[in-house]
Amino acid sequence: MRQSRQVELARDAGKHIHHFHGGLRLRHNKKISCQDPVERPPLPELLIVPLLQHAGDSADPYVNVGDKVLKGQQIGQCQPCAAIHSPVSGVVEAIEDLPMSHPSGQAGPCVVIRPDGREEWVDLKPINDWRTCAPEDLIMQMQDCGLAGLGGAVFPTHAKARDGRDRKIHTLILNGSECEPYISCDEMLMREQPDKIVLGARIMCRALGADRIIIAIEDQMGAVQRALTHAAECAECKRTSVVKVTTIYPEGGERQLIQVLTGLEVPAGGRPSDLGMVCQNVATAAAVADAVAEGKPLIERYITVTGNGIEHPRNFQALFGTPFSHLVEHSGGYTKDVARLVVGGPMMGYPVASDATPVVKGSNCVLALTHQDIAGYQPEMPCIRCGECARVCPATLLPQQLHLQIKNGLWEQAAEYGLSACIECGCCDFVCPSHIPLVQWFRYGKGQQRQRALELDATERARKRFEDKEARLLRAKQERAEKMARRKQMLKDKAAQQDQIKASIKRAESRGTAQDDA
Amino acid sequence: MLISVLAITALGLVFGLGLGWASIRFHVKSDPLVERIDALLPQTQCGQCGYPGCRPYAEAISKEEADINQCPPGGETGIRALADLLGREPKPLNPENGEEKPRTVVVIDEARCIGCTLCIQACPVDAIVGAAKLMHTVIESECTGCNLCLPPCPVDCIDIIETKPGILSWRSPRPMTENIMAAAQ
Amino acid sequence: MTRNFETGGAPHMPQKTAVATVMLQVLLALVPGVLAYTWFFGPGMLIQIILATVFALLFETLLLRWRGRPLKPFINDYSAVVTAVLFALCIPPLAPWWITCIAMLFAIVFAKHLYGGLGQNVFNPAMVGYVVVLISFPQAMTAWLPPLALAEHSLGLVDTLLTIFTGQVPLEGGWDAITQATPLDTLKTGVESGRMVPEIRNSPLFGDYGGMGWEWIANWFALGGLFLLYKRVISWQVPLAVLGSVILLSLPFWLADPDSNPFPLQHVFSGALVLAAFFIATDPVSGCVSNRGRLIFGAGVGIITLVIRRWGGYPDGVAFAVLLMNMAAPLIDRYTRPRMYGE
Repeated sequence: MRQSRQVELARDAGKHIHHFHGGLRLRHNKKISCQDPVERPPLPELLIVPLLQHAGDSADPYVNVGDKVLKGQQIGQCQPCAAIHSPVSGVVEAIEDLPMSHPSGQAGPCVVIRPDGREEWVDLKPINDWRTCAPEDLIMQMQDCGLAGLGGAVFPTHAKARDGRDRKIHTLILNGSECEPYISCDEMLMREQPDKIVLGARIMCRALGADRIIIAIEDQMGAVQRALTHAAECAECKRTSVVKVTTIYPEGGERQLIQVLTGLEVPAGGRPSDLGMVCQNVATAAAVADAVAEGKPLIERYITVTGNGIEHPRNFQALFGTPFSHLVEHSGGYTKDVARLVVGGPMMGYPVASDATPVVKGSNCVLALTHQDIAGYQPEMPCIRCGECARVCPATLLPQQLHLQIKNGLWEQAAEYGLSACIECGCCDFVCPSHIPLVQWFRYGKGQQRQRALELDATERARKRFEDKEARLLRAKQERAEKMARRKQMLKDKAAQQDQIKASIKRAESRGTAQDDA
Repeated sequence: MLISVLAITALGLVFGLGLGWASIRFHVKSDPLVERIDALLPQTQCGQCGYPGCRPYAEAISKEEADINQCPPGGETGIRALADLLGREPKPLNPENGEEKPRTVVVIDEARCIGCTLCIQACPVDAIVGAAKLMHTVIESECTGCNLCLPPCPVDCIDIIETKPGILSWRSPRPMTENIMAAAQ
Repeated sequence: MTRNFETGGAPHMPQKTAVATVMLQVLLALVPGVLAYTWFFGPGMLIQIILATVFALLFETLLLRWRGRPLKPFINDYSAVVTAVLFALCIPPLAPWWITCIAMLFAIVFAKHLYGGLGQNVFNPAMVGYVVVLISFPQAMTAWLPPLALAEHSLGLVDTLLTIFTGQVPLEGGWDAITQATPLDTLKTGVESGRMVPEIRNSPLFGDYGGMGWEWIANWFALGGLFLLYKRVISWQVPLAVLGSVILLSLPFWLADPDSNPFPLQHVFSGALVLAAFFIATDPVSGCVSNRGRLIFGAGVGIITLVIRRWGGYPDGVAFAVLLMNMAAPLIDRYTRPRMYGE
């Protein structure tokens, strides 16, 4: 597509609703958790704050055991990732490895804090003149307040903002289309705090240098649309529009959302900023508003506790570090036939073994499933090449080919067929009549690819270093040989010089004797 | 009768010429064999294969002086890859050359190091930094685990440590359902 | 107070589809056509179906045991039953039992399990079985019956059973008394001996479009095919391409010379073309993966069928066409890979 046509379509984002390939219509199951207003649960006894909450390396602890911390005080630092702050005021009881919210189920370093109940805030440093200050200041504030994407990918917000600033961004898209079944935290946030979202959007707009804001919501969220439009009007923000997108899972995926709003596809291996757009979750926008307007670091988030395994599903505004068991306790507890606990939604979430797992930046939902929901073990049959998976894939990949390639270790072919473009949405898995766990295969394949890439890189470096060393030794040998040759030459010259001197002395002597004789 | 013989002969000539032309026109240029073999070797430069480095071993394989199962760091995957490339049968690793072990790195105990530079000279990939009478240290990311620095050290201050798997090196496991199918009989 | 849970893989939702479901829907879609067949040609077809199913399941069980695979999921996925039924629909209703046995042997053992079992066969197993017995036993495979309405003598259920299991027709005159050439066969021999197509079609053997009885059977199969389309078991590309290419290719021939070429729709409703378009060429395992590939595959089946019907040695070339296109399917797949998002 011509560059100018691309730019045109990008600037017209939201005018028409396009479609992306594939996708599924799923049952929403969201109403059950939207009956009550969102509340903060009472403080738990202990807060377990993991130091690995975002994409990237673990943060280093900024405090020691026994330290007294204030609410919002920095307890973990990581350059250039997002910092981690204490969600309560209290005492650091331990810094140890505990089970965290991670697909591996492995333990990781956590800071355990015992709250003292006083909830004393640290000195907050809001930016009051965000309309006029330098955008870089806003981005630094985002970094200092530990902001990360709250939609699930937990990408550090300041990094996205900085990257957006470097390219010409014209549109900020706020992703309010929560497409996975059961999850309703974004919807509740949009219902209850639309002003904050709009404020956060305007601040981000200023930081990015964007012209307009599009808030994308699902076409079933009527009340939300009214609330957001009203908030935008109140803020006199003429550049904000609220757009409803068709509810087909996974329209909330970044790439799919951009395709729906503009008809354009994010280039393979590229980012939305290549098209002049940046996509952020609505909860992230609200967090930006808190961080800049009030100086509050990111210490809590809306989280949905739901599923047929919970007595009274609802949404909470939970502090990071709150164990899931505490939230479940305050939603009526488990039902009798609860069987599995999943972090995230039923399509993309991962199961956790224990409900002592704490809430972190990326926890948008705790889903308790009953035995009926997970429908028991169904044996994996061979692929019958029916093509259903390719029909529903939103990234227009060929899951059956990828699956065969990964199974047989054909990594180059898998890369060629776009394994890294897979968004792990689970649509193919859902429709497969042979019950092949496709998403598990693709996650395994991607891990192996990454591992191979790292190993290949290490091998290349080792080979280069070996060759460089050989070259260096060869050079050293040559230099030594040359030096020897030069010295030999010099000695030869010296010997020749000596001969010459002897000869001239002889000549002089013979001349002298001749003179004497004469 | 004669016509059919002539016709078949003519067809054979035409197709033969066609195939010959195609084999020249569509010939695929590839790296020399030694390069391709070397690309499959792990570049540890440890010498366990009996050759002073991976490149000499690759050259020996290409000249068919060495077998493909002499490289312990490459392990079974390496042997299979070489077998695939050369069209030979994969064999188990030759136990005379060593056994396949998980990747290790070495670390110098700075308290005991005397700064003799013998290990620096021994390291084939220059992964040890230091100078005479000054502290030596191993760059962990560049160490290939060949262990060639251990014999020359006069004070035995180099230790082998296993790389610990952590959260960052965790990879999604291979789905087990296919094995369950085979086992459920 | 914390609690531990068992873990499992995503997605954490009940999945309603299964291979068995897909196969059962195909069998359901075949029922109208089978009933029509029995109405027009008698009970022989039903016996062949039962026979073929028994042999197919027998060979499947033997092979699964031999290969060390679990029996329960593979027998219960009904794929062998579908192969058996599709094969039985292609053969004369009075074919001897050993024909069915040999065909199922080749279909299940050679064409399916020796290639790796479910999902791994390169060729359509039913068609492999059919072609093997067609070429090896031409006499038995060309003993077709006329429709009951036109038959001089017809066999009841017991006589049909006797014929199938003993190979002897319990009537005076034996095989010649009850068999007759098919409409396509009559057409082919008629055209070769110089008669005009409209004249040949005046015989009571022919209906408005295809053969008498045969066209109705084709209709009912088409109905079943539409059901499969609605249920998304098959995709529309293959049937459209098969039937479309036959119509488009035979149209110019008919326009140029209506006396020696049948009307396009007559081609469509004769023989096994509709059955192939909706049930045989749509076999997902041996067909193409991408939508463009499926169009090319279907077009190839249609074109080759027409070529064999017109110029080849067999009256109906659908089976050969399908097998030839099965051979080409991997190559077609390679060149019709769909564009990925962002490419």
